[in-house]
Amino acid sequence: MGYEILGLPMAYYIAMVAKVLVVFVFVLLTVAYATYAERKIIGHMQVRLGPMRTGWHGLLQPIADGLKLFFKEEIIPSQSNKFAFLIAPLIALVPAFISFAVIPFGDTVEIAGYKIPLQIAAYYDTAAGKVIDINVGVLYILALASVGVYGIVLAGWASNSKYSLLGGLRSSAQMISYELAAGLSIIAVFMLSESLSLQKIVADQAGFGWYAFKQPLAFILFFICSLAEINRTPFDLPEAESELVSGFCTEYSSMKYAMFFMAEYANMITVCAVTTTLFLGGWHGPFPPVINFIAKVYFLIFTCMWIRATYPRYRYDQLMRLGWKVFLPLSLLNIVATGVVVAL
Amino acid sequence: MIVPLLKGLKITLSHLFQKPITLQYPDEKPQVSPNFRGLHALKVSHDRAKCVACYLCPTVCPAKCITVEAGEDQNHDKYAERYEIDMLRCIFCGYCVEACPVDALKMTGEFELANYKREDFVFIKERLLEKR
Repeated sequence: MGYEILGLPMAYYIAMVAKVLVVFVFVLLTVAYATYAERKIIGHMQVRLGPMRTGWHGLLQPIADGLKLFFKEEIIPSQSNKFAFLIAPLIALVPAFISFAVIPFGDTVEIAGYKIPLQIAAYYDTAAGKVIDINVGVLYILALASVGVYGIVLAGWASNSKYSLLGGLRSSAQMISYELAAGLSIIAVFMLSESLSLQKIVADQAGFGWYAFKQPLAFILFFICSLAEINRTPFDLPEAESELVSGFCTEYSSMKYAMFFMAEYANMITVCAVTTTLFLGGWHGPFPPVINFIAKVYFLIFTCMWIRATYPRYRYDQLMRLGWKVFLPLSLLNIVATGVVVAL
Repeated sequence: MIVPLLKGLKITLSHLFQKPITLQYPDEKPQVSPNFRGLHALKVSHDRAKCVACYLCPTVCPAKCITVEAGEDQNHDKYAERYEIDMLRCIFCGYCVEACPVDALKMTGEFELANYKREDFVFIKERLLEKR
């Protein structure tokens, strides 16, 4: 192991790549089986069964769906902007996956004498003896969340269809209204932790000092606003089929359509992971660190599905009113209250 | 405003632990009501169809889906030589059964009537005769 690149041993780079691969495959599998879980959970909440016929209790359903989508005919509207039409699903999908890079999903592990922090964009500084990660992690996530919406708007515009365009526009308007409230609600967390680094935020919550208990309002606001931002039910207005056929993805077919779906679910997982990191103590808890993290994320994903099974879709003006007149003032109020408490 | 939202969540969560009422259709068949109006059947008496080819059923049929042609047997009795029901036109109203003076026709619980060809939807006398 004498070989070194940029002063770092070879094994370090291998570990980095392995970390990325493991997380990517894990998120991808979770995306696939989140669709299955969603169908099952909503099925049972509506006193029916959900998929049952492909494999034991329908367990092979995501694989069958994937195969089907791969072999379906691809349709590109003749009057569409081809390049934008093709690139839009990627723009929606990629940010959803890469925002996972800054989320710490476990403690530092030691492999062959090297300490490896379980966070993709982080390394262990042997000289300083501590984990160094990207120190504006939360801003990175918020920034990527807004990039994802470009994919949806571009898809809506490139399809050259009125329904798609309206779906895309709704999505951008919704993103702006809720990104503000979501961003403002987590400022309260930064005020308490005095850092934007996710490592530091997680470290502050050790031993059930969760920010969800210290900042319950911020927690609820952030979670609801995140749901709205990633266009999940009950805020899934860009694809409101009663008004807009299928919204921004009306003209999409086969794998490109599936990519929007994957982006939606990957976004959901990312949002749940961010909420876990910011408010639910990250990987801290009674079990091994990674298990804690996964359990919390999966619980939040379950909550998303539970919410979907319960509430009907918001009307567009109600959605806007809720964002600007309820959530935004509440989050500002929370900042003021936190500021007063911190100053005292 | 928030309490009803939480109440809704409670209701859906309680449903999660209820037994699903789904019927796994091709594996489990539903029990149809005795009044169900499915495929017709010609009743049999003394080893032959009870039908006397009186033409009351095609007359009353609002969908005009029944075709009857009468024949004469060795005892000079009238019988239905040809009895056809076009299931693509039938609206399962049951008027034919009500109109029959000799109680020769009934409707069974048979509801799986899908087929691949249009011709297969024309049920001739042999296919309609009550199976025992």
